[in-house]
Amino acid sequence: MSKLIVSLSPHAHGNDTVERNMYGVIIALLPALLVSFLYFGLGSAIVCATSVAACIFFEWAINTYILKNERNTVLDGSAALTGLLLGMNLPSNLPVWIIIIGALFAIGVAKMSFGGLGQNIFNPALVGRAALLVAFPAQMTTWPKVGEMGYLDAETGATPLSVMKSAIKSGDVTVLDQLPDSMALLLGNHPDGAGALGEICALALLLGLAFMLWRKIITWHIPVSIIGTVFVVSALLHLANPIYADPFAVILSGGLMLGAIFMATDYVTSPMTPKGQLIYGVCIGLLTIIIRNWGAYPEGMSFAILIMNAFTPLINNYVKPKRFGEVPATK
Amino acid sequence: MNIRTFRIGGIHPEENKLTHEVATKVAALPKQAIFPLSQHIGAPAKPVVAKGDKVKVGTMIAEAGGFVSAPIFSSVSGTVFKIDTAIDATGYRKPVIIINVEGDEWEESIDRSDKLEQVKDHPELTPEEIVNRIKAAGVVGMGGACFPTFIKLTPPPTAKAECVIINAVECEPYITADYRLMMEHADEILVGLELLMKGAKVTTGYIGIETNKPAAIDLLTKKAGEKFGGTEFHVEVVPLAQRYPQGGEKQLVDAVIRRQVPAPPAIPVNVGAIVQNVGTAFAVYEAVMKRKPLFERYTTVTGKKLANPGNFLVRMGTPMKDLIEACGGMPEGDNKLLAGGPMMGKALTSTEVPICKGTNSVTILSDEDARRKEPQPCIRCAKCVGACPMGLEPYLLAKISEVKNWGRAEQEDIVSCIECGSCQFTCPAHRPLLDNIRQGKSTVMGIIRNRNAKK
Amino acid sequence: MNFILIAVIVLGAIGLIAALVLYAASKKFAVYEDPRIAQVNALLPGANCGGCGFPGCGGMADALVKGADTGSLDGLLCPVGGADTMGKVADLLGMAIANGEPKVAVVRCNGTCEHRPKIAEYAGLRTCAAMHACGAGETACGFGCLGCGDCVAACKFDAIHMNAETGLPEVDEDKCTACGACTKACPRGIIELRKKGPKGRRVYVSCVNKDKGAVSMKACKASCIGCGKCEKECPFGAIAVTANCSYIDPEKCRLCRKCVTVCPTKAIHDVNFPTPAPAPKPKEPATPKAETGTPVAAKADAKKTEPAKAEGKEAQA
Repeated sequence: MSKLIVSLSPHAHGNDTVERNMYGVIIALLPALLVSFLYFGLGSAIVCATSVAACIFFEWAINTYILKNERNTVLDGSAALTGLLLGMNLPSNLPVWIIIIGALFAIGVAKMSFGGLGQNIFNPALVGRAALLVAFPAQMTTWPKVGEMGYLDAETGATPLSVMKSAIKSGDVTVLDQLPDSMALLLGNHPDGAGALGEICALALLLGLAFMLWRKIITWHIPVSIIGTVFVVSALLHLANPIYADPFAVILSGGLMLGAIFMATDYVTSPMTPKGQLIYGVCIGLLTIIIRNWGAYPEGMSFAILIMNAFTPLINNYVKPKRFGEVPATK
Repeated sequence: MNIRTFRIGGIHPEENKLTHEVATKVAALPKQAIFPLSQHIGAPAKPVVAKGDKVKVGTMIAEAGGFVSAPIFSSVSGTVFKIDTAIDATGYRKPVIIINVEGDEWEESIDRSDKLEQVKDHPELTPEEIVNRIKAAGVVGMGGACFPTFIKLTPPPTAKAECVIINAVECEPYITADYRLMMEHADEILVGLELLMKGAKVTTGYIGIETNKPAAIDLLTKKAGEKFGGTEFHVEVVPLAQRYPQGGEKQLVDAVIRRQVPAPPAIPVNVGAIVQNVGTAFAVYEAVMKRKPLFERYTTVTGKKLANPGNFLVRMGTPMKDLIEACGGMPEGDNKLLAGGPMMGKALTSTEVPICKGTNSVTILSDEDARRKEPQPCIRCAKCVGACPMGLEPYLLAKISEVKNWGRAEQEDIVSCIECGSCQFTCPAHRPLLDNIRQGKSTVMGIIRNRNAKK
Repeated sequence: MNFILIAVIVLGAIGLIAALVLYAASKKFAVYEDPRIAQVNALLPGANCGGCGFPGCGGMADALVKGADTGSLDGLLCPVGGADTMGKVADLLGMAIANGEPKVAVVRCNGTCEHRPKIAEYAGLRTCAAMHACGAGETACGFGCLGCGDCVAACKFDAIHMNAETGLPEVDEDKCTACGACTKACPRGIIELRKKGPKGRRVYVSCVNKDKGAVSMKACKASCIGCGKCEKECPFGAIAVTANCSYIDPEKCRLCRKCVTVCPTKAIHDVNFPTPAPAPKPKEPATPKAETGTPVAAKADAKKTEPAKAEGKEAQA
């Protein structure tokens, strides 16, 4: 009889694995990816493919040659996911070499230099996007219009967020008439509208959210708290002064949906308790509104998330889950 | 039916109740019975027999070794072979009494008839008499923890018992011993419950059963209604949602009476509940009504690759290999032998380990089930936090224990951990969370004990 | 000119007031520090390595003075400064050092992969503490080394390493400072701090198995079976067998090595001797180790280097 195997309990394990979660998020992104092919054609395909390939390559290379890890984690899906998310944040006419630099930043600086999977403080895709925005502001702020199927020759236009920004700056309510209506923002089929690959069709992103909730990859706390906060605050602002766009337009435009559903919910950089996640989401919502309305950039989501990423360890330290049998302190 | 459950955390492991409908068989007597002296929480028992002594079934072979202790009775008749050491469920060699089995002669004091005794027919059964008979019979918690039952029935003066809750949940996968006991001895269990209520001086009783045992729920509801309807006892059969660890004592109290037991050193009786396993209730009936000490129990022997898994009424002291042989023998290939279920059972290095008072199951996991996967780095998904039924943060406790920061571990309530394994079950990165937490918990408990001793 | 004068006066006044405030604060909020702490600190090496277990030499000086006040410097050792520094500190504080003998960590287990067959496969967290909690380990000996290296991880001086062949840890006696970290880390109490001995020679029983002889032999071929031959043989009464396991008292042992000769399982080891212990007399009964030829001959190689390696190799035949 062969030797018996021993270990301490538990001796059973559920079906969940890291791969299942990472590839699950990638599947959740597929509707948005398909929509982006629909609206941006060749450009979208090139940007996404380059981003994913570059991220996977850099993770493999750094793991093998610099960190010299025995186990290469490149196939667990997290590098591919970072690549896809980075791609969704970029305009469809971004040159390949810029994308590669972005991937190097995302994987090399934001993820591997902190120690690899599970150790980074900031969301790698957002760090990549922020780095590119600062390094290549011109290329990163010219957005191809929806329906432009080419790559480098796509015609660019104003995004809904830049329209909202100019309304606030100029104080002129009529500027907001240029905004597509909410249905168009939801479905993404607004002509002359523009934006990053993942920012056009909110419906596709919401489908992804439904899929992730069903598969229990994420919980509702972060997306709902972010979108809810943004909605409520922008509604109040809109009521106070109509130069601020109506709340539906605000939540459906720009990177809000993408950020709330896919970027802020990143496991490694978000808080570990439901209460903490709600606090995190509310703060991101507030920061987004502040930056969007009164900051220099038309889009505030990425910076809001990055700022709150820095607060996540603090939130983890002080916000504890409700203990079983917690006796309320009466003293 | 309003399905109640506990409020924090929990997981849903695969049930694998392979032996649900397998009627209990009486296990064959072993050739040699091995009785570890420590089959309960507390001081080990002290032998009162010597090599060469003749014993019968039911003879006391070891007396209680202290207040928190219990006597051990022979489950076989024969001659004491030796008092030696042997491997028990802890994995270490511990003192045992080994008896060579000859025949099956029982002590005359044991009532072997099938007559169902009722409490009302026995006016001599005052609460004190009930507790004394339970103590004398060596009855301990049969759910696996083996805490001496007579102590639970006499709570400290700071706590007042309000009800008795029977734990018939059996939330662990594979185990069906309690279910078979309920289906085959429901009447005796209800008399046992009455004895427990009388012994604890309460009139309210609950029986918690998971919804995956509908036949047991129906049977006990009907019988409890017939037996306790119109009496001073209020007994309710409470169906509970199928969730692990529903059978954990604190989770059961939370589900049944909606009260959460505070952190240790608080125990369920501090919120008024005395929890007893359904097997203990049956043992109480036999001890008090039939003067039969605790020496046999229902045990499930199961595993996906076992030829004939089954439920057995087995004499304690029977080596596990006898039961495994009766089920078709150890399967080929990689195997893990567990005393208990897959979530909280103890892995054993030998099939010679005997069945003890708390062995509710012998589970054999084979092939991929027997091995752990390679751990990956923590991805901070917080699924362990969601799974923990005690509201703790397993990823944090495991890390703190790994770096040996005992002060922080105590701050983060590591002593509240019930070691259920839900966190490690859930972790997508297959990290050995509970291995580390257990280490931290035992070290911190030692530190607290030393600190209190110095005061 | 007036402005310069005003500026000078104003700044001078501010400076004076600030100085008075600082002086008052330094007097009112002064923390009394025992002057001995500074003196002891001056004697310490000043490396702030933390090897003593305290935060830097300042923390160690503090602990030493506190220890002097309670009457004992036990447990306080500066590994970098060694006995020399501790002697000077003790003189300063007016204390006597209890034991000036240099000590070394000794691993008391013979359970190499060869002597001690595996009976189970451990598939859990690979630390000695976890394996110890799981059960006896992968072998039938519940007292022996588990081989996961908690001792190696605890050592700050790179003085103990696992030997992959034997599966046991080996102590480098040149690097070992006898700080006791490995002793505390071992969940089974196998590692002991014993006197290094004159010229580094020492004799010890390399087993802590408390099972009866027949049981421990089944688990490990080189275990102590508690037969008591060593106890009878020792002319100095240095050996006592308790709970089926022999122990040599380092205070009484005179390094005559008669016990090494008579031990039937070769559980007693002698370290750093230039010549092997005398072979057993011919009328000794055939022991299970007899077929290993002249196991003592291999010890001739053991000079002042890896002592434990010799113990592992000696039984190979």
